[in-house]
Amino acid sequence: MALALRPAPRPRPRPRTERSGALVYATLVGVMAASLFPLYYSFVLPTRDNSAIGDSALTLTPGGNLFHNIQRVYDTVDFWLALRNSMIISSTVTVCCVFLASLAGFAFAKLPFRGRNALFVTVVITAMLPTQLGMIPLYMLMGELGWIATLKAVIVPALVSAFAVFWMRQACDEAVPYELVEAARVDGCSTLGIFWHVAMPAVRPQAAVLAMFTFMATWNDFMWPLIVLDPSVTPTVQTALSSLASGYALDYTLILSGAAIGVLPLLVVFLLLSKQIVAGVMQGAVKG
Amino acid sequence: MSVTELPRAAEAPEAPAARRRPRSPWRSRISRFDLRYTPYLFILPFFVIFGVFAVYPLLYTGWISFHEWAIIEGDQGWTGLGNYQDLFADAYFWNALLNTGLLLVLGTGGELLAALWLAAVLNRKLSGSAFWRAGVVLPHVISVVAVSLVFAQLFGYQTGIFNDVLELVGFDRINWQANRWSAIIAVSTIIIWRWAGYFALIFLAAMQGVPHELNEAAMLDGASKRRIFWSITVPSIRPTIVFCVVMSTIIGMQTFAEPQLFDVQGTEGTGGSDRQFQTLMMYLYEKGFREFNAGYAATLAWVMFLLIAVVSGINYALSRRIASKD
Repeated sequence: MALALRPAPRPRPRPRTERSGALVYATLVGVMAASLFPLYYSFVLPTRDNSAIGDSALTLTPGGNLFHNIQRVYDTVDFWLALRNSMIISSTVTVCCVFLASLAGFAFAKLPFRGRNALFVTVVITAMLPTQLGMIPLYMLMGELGWIATLKAVIVPALVSAFAVFWMRQACDEAVPYELVEAARVDGCSTLGIFWHVAMPAVRPQAAVLAMFTFMATWNDFMWPLIVLDPSVTPTVQTALSSLASGYALDYTLILSGAAIGVLPLLVVFLLLSKQIVAGVMQGAVKG
Repeated sequence: MSVTELPRAAEAPEAPAARRRPRSPWRSRISRFDLRYTPYLFILPFFVIFGVFAVYPLLYTGWISFHEWAIIEGDQGWTGLGNYQDLFADAYFWNALLNTGLLLVLGTGGELLAALWLAAVLNRKLSGSAFWRAGVVLPHVISVVAVSLVFAQLFGYQTGIFNDVLELVGFDRINWQANRWSAIIAVSTIIIWRWAGYFALIFLAAMQGVPHELNEAAMLDGASKRRIFWSITVPSIRPTIVFCVVMSTIIGMQTFAEPQLFDVQGTEGTGGSDRQFQTLMMYLYEKGFREFNAGYAATLAWVMFLLIAVVSGINYALSRRIASKD
């Protein structure tokens, strides 16, 4: 705060509350171009013919081979199956994770019980654990359960998340008034009833944000599905994409066609929900 | 409590009278049970599933690391610290550690600096701010697999755009995958591209909480924009910066998908023919799931766990220090 102690502040007409100049917008346009370019490219390349990309990659105009190339993706890997699996995994995980996190979050925020604080501290600490490092025993556990190469192996470990519990506790803490909980109790409502009829409606917006992020994270998950699933029996979108790229002859048109189809579902989600996604990231920050 | 005690006190022998009362003794017992134990039932699923599928594997990793252990055949006998001795004498381990460290400095460091800069730009008065914010966070939403594949193409030797541009400006084409530095730079580019916008939004949210009067006062004093940024804005959002540094360190230490898919030659997890960009996580994958050497992979995982704790701790201390100096 040394600044404030300067002896004689030069008198200035008014602090110019900066209206941003052309330079700022130019910078932003540059940043935007950099963020969009790889996506644009992944949609342009597949529209061209495979021999054409050898000539010059700088040709950025679309060609007319899009459907042909997408067809080749579906011929090479079972992309429908991969889409279906990714859909099953992501939606099951999202629904269960949000539900279980809301239950726990509600209990931590609004129900008195012995050991509550200690247990919640445990949750916060475990949120920082790099649980991915336990995948060797986890794989062996899946082997013993007979779950290897089945979707269960990806779904079940992802059903709960410490971060989600933390998030929902915060939500319940802010959005559910104690008076309502007490009033429902006096009216003879059971705890489960209070959770369902009082807490859930109140935290719906936060639960929706959590659901959105859980879905995206699960959809994009790569390493664990790569390890525990069998790409020929139970591919997900991500592992199918990676197996497109593992052929001996690199076929970039094919790979990028796959990338484009793989990106499409989330891109649509993003276009529909970008406002909520931005708000979600920024909200998580303030609380984080 | 008083609410549930009430019906019990009113227990009465006459059945017809009891019917008119709000709760029977049986119901009151249920409701007492409900009040006392339901909270535990609510948190139980989390602790059970998390315990079985996250904490137990993590701890069991430590136990396995003291054994010769094959993923399929199982336990092959106790070796004490044998695996650890092998690991510390393993040149591939040090190689992977070096690469992870370089990626942490260039990629994670780069993404946070870029994020801070982006946040400062976004924190100005802008028209269409929603659009710009959505634009910067978009890369984070897109699947890392697709993104890495696109970048692997952009960095291609013959067909990649980066080389086309280099050639246009008069440089030689670079075989990006072929040596450590170029590969690390390329993979860092992917990492920065994916994360900068995400952290920028987090920083932006914190910056918006900084009282505007502080800036105006400094501006009246004739402080430059740069000075205001480093002396007022950055120290004011210190807790957020520290949080992001620790979080991104933990993520950066486990970098896997970007370098793995950047390797156009295959998916064996070696990170190039000479392991020039193999990270610790890729080496763990190679040992555990290509060679099925569980004992050795578990040792590596456990060492990584400790490394993550130590490096996050150091970064925590450093970022607290740096962000607070004015």
